[in-house]
Amino acid sequence: MIERIGQIRAEAEAAICAAGTTAGLEELRVRYLGRKAELPNLLRGVAELDPQERGAVGRAANETRQALETLITDRGAQLELGELRERLAGDRVDVTLPATPPAPVGRLHLLTATRREIEDVFCGLGFTVVEGPEVEFVHYNFDALNHDPAHPARARTDTFYVEAPADPHGGEVLLRTHTSPMQIRAMEQQPPPIAIIVPGRVYRRDSDATHTPQFHQIEGLAVGEDVTLADLKGTLLAFAKAIFGDEREIRLRPHFFPFTEPSVEADVSCFMCADADAHAPRCPLCKGTGWLEILGSGMVDPNVLGAVREHGYDPERHQGFAFGLGVERIAMLKHAVPDLRLFYDNDLRFLRQFG
Amino acid sequence: MQLPLSWLHDYIRPEIDVRQLADRLAMTGTEVDRITHHGVPAADGFVVGKVLTAEPHPDADRLRVCSVEVGDGEPRTIVCGAPNVAAGQTVAVACPGAVMPDGTKLGKAKLRGVVSLGMILAEDELGLGAGHRGIMILDDALAAGTPLGDVLPISEEVLELEITPNRPDCLGVYGVAREVHAATGAPLAPAPWSEDPGAIGEGAPAGIEVVVESPELCPRFTGRVFEGVTIGDSPLWLKGRLMAAGQRPINNVVDITNYVMLLTGHPLHAFDLDRIAGGRLVVRAAGDGETMATLDGQERILDAGMCLIADGDGPTSLAGVMGGQRSEVEQDTTRVLLEVATWDGPSIHRTASRLGLRSEASARFEKGLAPEGCMEAQAVATRLMLELTGARLVPGTLDVGSAGVQAPVIRLRDARVSGLLGTEIPRARSAEILTALGFICSEAQDGLDVSVPHWRRGEVTREADLIEEVARIDGVDALPATLPLNRTGLPGRLAHAQRLRRRAEDTLAGLGLLEIVGWSFAAPDLPDRLLAPVGDPLRDLVVLENPMSAEQSVLRSSMAGSLLDAAAFNRDRGQPDLAIFESGAVYRRGGGALPEEHHALGALLTGAVRTATWAEPDPPRADVFAVKGLAEAVLGALRVPFTVRAGERPFLHPGRAGEMLSGEVVLGVFGELHPAAAANWGFEEPVALLLLDLGKAIAAAPEVPAYADLTTFPGMRQDLAVIVSEDVPAAQVAELVRRTGGELVAHAEVFDVYRGEQVGEGRTSLALHLEFRAADRTLTDDDVAPVRERIVAAIRDELGGELRG
Ligand SMILES: [Zn+2]
Repeated sequence: MIERIGQIRAEAEAAICAAGTTAGLEELRVRYLGRKAELPNLLRGVAELDPQERGAVGRAANETRQALETLITDRGAQLELGELRERLAGDRVDVTLPATPPAPVGRLHLLTATRREIEDVFCGLGFTVVEGPEVEFVHYNFDALNHDPAHPARARTDTFYVEAPADPHGGEVLLRTHTSPMQIRAMEQQPPPIAIIVPGRVYRRDSDATHTPQFHQIEGLAVGEDVTLADLKGTLLAFAKAIFGDEREIRLRPHFFPFTEPSVEADVSCFMCADADAHAPRCPLCKGTGWLEILGSGMVDPNVLGAVREHGYDPERHQGFAFGLGVERIAMLKHAVPDLRLFYDNDLRFLRQFG
Repeated sequence: MQLPLSWLHDYIRPEIDVRQLADRLAMTGTEVDRITHHGVPAADGFVVGKVLTAEPHPDADRLRVCSVEVGDGEPRTIVCGAPNVAAGQTVAVACPGAVMPDGTKLGKAKLRGVVSLGMILAEDELGLGAGHRGIMILDDALAAGTPLGDVLPISEEVLELEITPNRPDCLGVYGVAREVHAATGAPLAPAPWSEDPGAIGEGAPAGIEVVVESPELCPRFTGRVFEGVTIGDSPLWLKGRLMAAGQRPINNVVDITNYVMLLTGHPLHAFDLDRIAGGRLVVRAAGDGETMATLDGQERILDAGMCLIADGDGPTSLAGVMGGQRSEVEQDTTRVLLEVATWDGPSIHRTASRLGLRSEASARFEKGLAPEGCMEAQAVATRLMLELTGARLVPGTLDVGSAGVQAPVIRLRDARVSGLLGTEIPRARSAEILTALGFICSEAQDGLDVSVPHWRRGEVTREADLIEEVARIDGVDALPATLPLNRTGLPGRLAHAQRLRRRAEDTLAGLGLLEIVGWSFAAPDLPDRLLAPVGDPLRDLVVLENPMSAEQSVLRSSMAGSLLDAAAFNRDRGQPDLAIFESGAVYRRGGGALPEEHHALGALLTGAVRTATWAEPDPPRADVFAVKGLAEAVLGALRVPFTVRAGERPFLHPGRAGEMLSGEVVLGVFGELHPAAAANWGFEEPVALLLLDLGKAIAAAPEVPAYADLTTFPGMRQDLAVIVSEDVPAAQVAELVRRTGGELVAHAEVFDVYRGEQVGEGRTSLALHLEFRAADRTLTDDDVAPVRERIVAAIRDELGGELRG
C-alpha cells in the first residue's frame, strides 16, 4: 500500500510540474485529488485495513494529499501570473491620444470673489454682514445721511430716480448711490454697539472708462462709546494688509463727506513699486506718488447719529467710524484690470481668469 | 481752482518747494490735482528790448526790419510783422534759443532774405493776454537787457486745487494762503482788504437807488459808484494773472471784478450805471414764465424760485448767476455801479441747475457766502478801480440788509478731541491751529471757547467740526493704528442665509459654470422679448425717471435677460457652448412704496454639455434635463426638500418646462427657452434656463441637519417595474409609492423608462428603485411583502397601472 502511495506521489508531482496551463493543472487536480481519484479512495479505505497497517498508511496518504495540494496551488499561481502577463501584453492603447477631459472648473466672477474676500477679512475683524434694498428712499440715501438739500449728488444729472409716487416718510424713490443707506437702516434695527459691513450694488449716472452706471460698494460702520479715528486707521490697515500684502501701510488724508466729520480718504502704500527705488516716478499704478487711494471714510457725523436717536444712538455719548470702498476699484488694483467695463462684458475669456 | 504760485506768494511764501507744498496741502485737506505750468517753460532768452529803428522790409509790405537793443552791446536785427511796431518803443524780445509756451525753440530765421535774430512779442505769445492786435509796449523806464521774467509773470507754476464743497473760502487766493499758513506755519501777510480806500462818505452814494423786495433771497446788497471810468485793457501783470488762473481778460473793469473774486472768493458784478433804466434797481423773485436775455445772448425762461435784479425796463441781471445784456459795461462806459451782494445758496443752486448755467459766481454763491465778505470785496475792488481805470469814487456805500451776525462760540473739550481721535492733542496745539485758521480761541475750564470767523460760519457749527479742523492740520497724519474693541459680544460672521447663498453659487461653479455679473438695467421691451402676456409679472417693471439711455431705462424683472445678453455676446465671439450663471437681485413693481427685490440665482446652458473629444465626438446638447440637473444640485446642496412638476412660463418651451416646489411654494423654474424667445436673442439651437428664487429656497433649507441612524438597521433594496398610461408623470408614480408605502419606504426613484410594442400603445413602463427601512429593526421579506402589495394595488387603482412581467 505504502509503495502504491509513493508511486502516485511521484507520478503526480512530475505531471504537476510539467503542467503548461491553468486549465491543464485543473485536470490534474481532478485526476489525483478529485472525488473519483485513487488517493482519496485509498484514504477512505484505511478503516478496513489491519490495525497495525492503518496508522502508517493513513499518515502516508494524508501527507501525500497535502503535499500535492500545496504543489498545485503554487504551480497555479505561477501559471496565472504568466497568463496575465500575456493578456496585458495584448491590451495596449496609444497613450499619446488626447485625454478625456474632466468636468471643467467653473469660476466665480472676479467681483464676487473680491467681495467675498473682503467680507471674510471684516468677519475676522468682528464685523457682521448685512444687506439692504437697492431701490431706496431719498430719506435713507441722502436726508438721514446729512446731505444738504442742495447737495449736487441729489441732482437728476447724477442720480437715477424711479417713477414712483413719493412716500410720505421716505420721500422720492431712487437707485441708491452708495451702500450708506444701510447705516441708517441697520442702526434702526440694532442699538449700539454695532459693527457691520454692507456689500451691495449701487448706481450713479456716469459712464466712461472709469465709471459705469452700476458698480459695487462695501460699506463699513462701527459705533460704540469709544470707537476712535485711530481705530478706523487700524481697521483699514488690517484690511489693506489682508488684501494687498502684509507690508502695506495706510495713510489717512483729510477730505469732505457730508455724513462723516472728520472725513478722511484712505490711501494704501503702492504694492507695485514699494520694493523698487524710493521714488519710482514711472510706476504705472501710483504714478510715482507711492500711494493708492482706496476709499472714503471718517467719523460718523453727529447728525447721522441724531437721525437714529430714537433707536438708542446719542450723539453726545456714541461715536464711531464709517467707510465705503469700491469693489471694482479694489479688484482693478489687485488684478491689474485696465478697464471697468470688462467686468460687465462677461466675456468668457475674462471670466475664466479669476475666481 | 487754478492758483498761480506767484499770486499765493503775495501773501505767504513758505520755505518749501512747490511739490512739498502740494503734498502738505493734500495732507491737510486741500487736494492738489496737479501742478501745471503757464507761459514759457523757462524765462531764459526773454529780455526787455528797445526798438532803435523800424524800417520797411525791402521785399515785403507788411514786414518791418527793426534794429533792437537788448543789452548785449550790439543792436540786433529783428524782422517784425506787427503793425504797431515803431522806433523808440520798449518791447519784449525772445532771443534765439528761447523756448516758447508750445515748446518750440526759437532759432535764427530768414524772412524774405533778411536774417532775423529773435522775435518781438505779442501778449498772447507769452500767455499774458488773449489779444494779438500787435506787440506789447512796455514801460520805457525798463532798461534794455532786463530779464523779462523779472518784470512780467511769463513763467508761472500753477496749482490746480480741488476744493471740497464745504470750503468756499478756499475758492479765493487769500483763503488758500490762510490754509497754507496753518499747514506750514509760514507768516501770513495782512488781508488785501485790511485797508478800504472807499470808506469815505456817509450813507448811499448819489445817483442810484436799490430796493430789495426779497430779503430772504438776498441777505445783503452793497454798491459803490465810480465816475470818470476809462474802459481799456488791463495792465499786463493783471492780464497775466487772470490768464494763469484760467480767466480770459476782457477789459479793465470786468477784469477787476474777476480778479477780486479770485482773490477774495466773493463774486462781484459791474453795471454801467447809465444803462440802468431809471437809476433804480429792484431785487425780487422772478415771476413764473418771466423771460430775460442773459450775457451769453440766450433768452431764459424763469420761475418764481429764481431771484433777479430789475431796473425800470425790466430784468437786467439773473442774481448771482449771470448778468444781463442790457446793463453790461461797454467800451463807452464812464459810470460804474459795483455790486457785491450775497444770495441765498439753495436758490442760486436751483436756478443755476434749472437753467444749466453754472458760472464761477454761482459755484461760489450756491454755498451760501457770508454777508461780511461783501465789504471785503468792495475794499479790494475800490482800490483797483481807482488805480487802474482813472475813476473817481462817489462818496458813500449803498448797503441794504444784514451786515453779518454775531460769531457763534463753540466749546471744544480736550477730552472730546482725544476721545474722538484716539490720540492726545495738547490744548495749546489746538488753539494754535484754530488761531492760524482765523478762529478766535479763549481758555475754558475743560477746553477752549472758539469763535467761528464769518468765512467758516456756514460749515463749522459744532464741536465735531472743530475737532476736524484740529485733526486735519495736525493729527490724522500721525494717528496710531489701533483696532476697536469688539463690544457687540458677537463674533463677526456671515448670516445663515449668506452662507447658503455662497454654497449655492459654489455648487454651480463646481459644476463647471462661469459666473457673470449682468446689468440691473434692461430695455423696456424685455417682457416683449420674453413673450410675456398682458398682466404677466414680468411686466411689473421698475421704470427709471431719468435713464442714461432707452436701452437701460428699466430694471430687470427677470434674470433671463442678462443671462441671454451675456450668452449672445459670447456666442457672437465664437463661444457657442455656454454654461453660465448669475446671482443677484431682480426687481418688480409691487404694492409697496419700494419695489419688490428678490435675490435670484439663474443659470443658462446651451450647446454641448461637454467638450467633444475623440472618444466622444458628439457629446449631448444642453436640454431641459441638463438644467433640471442643476436645479437638483443646487437644491440638494442646500438640503431643500422639493418636488418637481410641469410648469409653463411664457418664455419657456411649453412641453419642456418644469417648476420646483417646496410644499406649495414655487421655488423656481427650469426648461428650454421658447424658440420664439430664443430667436429674439438670435439663438437657433436650444437654450436651457434655470431661474431660482434663492431667498425662498434658502428659507426652505434646514438650519441644522439632524442625525438619522441609517447604519444600525440596514435597509432592503428592491426594484419595481410598472406600466402606466404615458401621460402619468413619473414624479406622480414615485410620489404614490412613497405615500402608499408609508414610513417603511425610505426611498423611491425612477431609474428606467421604456416605451414600445412590449408595453402597448400609449403606455409607458417605469422601473423604480425602492428602499425599505425601519428605524428599530432589520426588515424581513415578511415585513416588506404586504407593503409592496399595497403599492401595486394603489398603482392599479389610482393610476390604472399594472405590474410589469
Ligand atoms: Zn507705485
